[in-house]
Amino acid sequence: MLKPMETETPQSLAAIELPVAPETIRLQPSRGFSRVLSPPELWRYRDLALQIAMRDITIRYRQTALGGAWAILQPIGFMVVFSLIFGNVAGISSNGLPYPLFSLGALVPWVFFANSMLLGSESLVSNAALVSKIYFPRIFIPAGPIVAGFVDLAISTVILLAIAVIWGYPPGVAILTLPLLIAIAAAAALGVGSALAAINVRFRDVKYVVPFAIQLWLFITPIVYANSSIDQPWRTISAINPMVGVVEGFRWATLGTGDAPWTLIGISAASAVVLFVAGLAYFDRVERSFADFV
Amino acid sequence: MAEIAIETHDLGKRYTLGVSGRGYGTLRESLVEAVKKPLRRGSRSQEQPNQLWALRDLSLTIENGEVVGLIGHNGAGKSTLLKILSRITEPSAGYADVSGRVGSLLEVGTGFHPELTGRENIFLNGAILGMRRSEIRARFDEIVDFAELDKFLDTPVKRYSSGMSVRLAFAVAAHLEPEILLVDEVLAVGDASFQRKSLAKMSEVAQAGRTVVFVSHNLAIIQALCKRGILLERGEVQADGTVNHVLDRYLAELERASEADLVEREDRDGRGWRQTLLKRVEMIDSGGQANAVIGGRPAKLIVEVTELMPGLECRATIANSLGQPIATLDSEISAPADARDPELGPLIECEIPTVPMLPGRYRIDVVVKANGVYQDGLQGATFFDVEPGVMEGRPMPSHGSEGSVAFPHSWRLPP
Repeated sequence: MLKPMETETPQSLAAIELPVAPETIRLQPSRGFSRVLSPPELWRYRDLALQIAMRDITIRYRQTALGGAWAILQPIGFMVVFSLIFGNVAGISSNGLPYPLFSLGALVPWVFFANSMLLGSESLVSNAALVSKIYFPRIFIPAGPIVAGFVDLAISTVILLAIAVIWGYPPGVAILTLPLLIAIAAAAALGVGSALAAINVRFRDVKYVVPFAIQLWLFITPIVYANSSIDQPWRTISAINPMVGVVEGFRWATLGTGDAPWTLIGISAASAVVLFVAGLAYFDRVERSFADFV
Repeated sequence: MAEIAIETHDLGKRYTLGVSGRGYGTLRESLVEAVKKPLRRGSRSQEQPNQLWALRDLSLTIENGEVVGLIGHNGAGKSTLLKILSRITEPSAGYADVSGRVGSLLEVGTGFHPELTGRENIFLNGAILGMRRSEIRARFDEIVDFAELDKFLDTPVKRYSSGMSVRLAFAVAAHLEPEILLVDEVLAVGDASFQRKSLAKMSEVAQAGRTVVFVSHNLAIIQALCKRGILLERGEVQADGTVNHVLDRYLAELERASEADLVEREDRDGRGWRQTLLKRVEMIDSGGQANAVIGGRPAKLIVEVTELMPGLECRATIANSLGQPIATLDSEISAPADARDPELGPLIECEIPTVPMLPGRYRIDVVVKANGVYQDGLQGATFFDVEPGVMEGRPMPSHGSEGSVAFPHSWRLPP
């Protein structure tokens, strides 16, 4: 092989700019787990993570007439319909709470979870241009909608609390558990959302399955009904659906009534951790081939 | 500082060609594969029929501060190599050691979000290209100045003209300061003055001692910017040396390829649907002689395709021997003299009343479309010579004159 003839490049210039010797990265076929679960790698790309999150927040309601109001309109819309059908017509028990408040308390975390999962599952495909042109830890892509969802969740939670106070149900100390409940919902959404996003890269079937699955999931979660209306042992077993603990916990924490559903929260938290780890592990396994398939 | 910026060792990249031709199969196919897979273990070296090695046994060393041009036909593996080096995709075999921060300009404007404003996109795009937030803030004014867009900073990018967004994208990219810069075909953007500016910026980067790996079809730009050239052919290194040496080799190869049957060529543009293929491209002079025309005389470009399809359109770009385009003949931009002839068969003809070119060797890149669908494209579909002739009564200078164009003109001089 011929060596280049002329190499009198001014290396001193570059050397001044770079006090630290650059590290060498070996690029080779990898096996097993490598990148997503590598914190130094995530830290190195923290600025990009921030920018992607900012982008997802900024574009969410841009060029919409109602803007951030959508954060609360979606749960309120569900609440109105559910109150009419399930509260009035079907007469479902709402643990002594006014039915609209009962359902809104569950819908606020549910809408956060459902949107995070839906947008997360579409995220890699809708960011195909980015994924096939630039390297960065891909997990930022399905995580972006969740971060953006926090903003919506904050708005809708504040409004929920305001409605509850006006209605005469002020929250108690239990409100301090909200961060834990939100963390459970976010972990489950990221686990499921990122795995679905990864599958979606290969099989666009996901696009049709997810909206349908979310509707079913809504009904296996105690949103229109109370978990207490289910017979044991299913009442407890159903908490392997992580949203059971989140939804029941959210009602208890924001509306300040009933007993603390710690058993449900505990089971749901464990289940969310399993989904989170399994989802990310799968994502990590297939991440390296995204650019070839998307 | 490490002496070696990039070192690859037996690097290979294998693509499985999907049945659907788009890279992903169905769920069912994949399940069948998963069942079959354990049975195939241990026979890994066995060649799969639908697998393609885009890169194969590639071993290269690029030293710090080198500016290297990657040259090769479509499908030779240039872009695949850049994708591996920029970590977008993983190699299937071998390894590459990369020392230093890598910045890649694989497509200008990647990661622009149309709903975000210019200002927001500068930060997003900068982060995507690997800049720290503080770096972007420090260079923000420079970027805005370079893009000449200060009045539109708070306008969403979707309201920008395509020229404006390209300018913004290049401005961000040009202010990236990585140790290793990978550039793929990005200078062919913007208007002429912006192109000049971009080129100047690139050569500034090249001279600042950074390592640059450059891919472009514009060989003149490669020649101007790079000292070393690497010629890739079917995923392997064909030649490696000074840029002039490698360019000569490539041009010779390109000419040899144009002598072969066009249908057989494997360097077709990957974007084509290929329902009809380019079969013959010739520049014929008024006497019927192929690929040798006389300056100032009429000529005819003939493009034959394999299948007659409705709505055939053709675009031919004439470039000088270094690949610098000098003219584009495009049937989609119609003129009253254009006609569709039902008797013609799978043939497209383009009449040129006077060949307005100086003597020399020229190359034609041809693209065909049918009803607006991109069908096939070949670079260097054919080469032709222009012999010295007479333009409006004025004899042309023979070989070796400056420029490529001969235009009719007359002088008025003092006695």
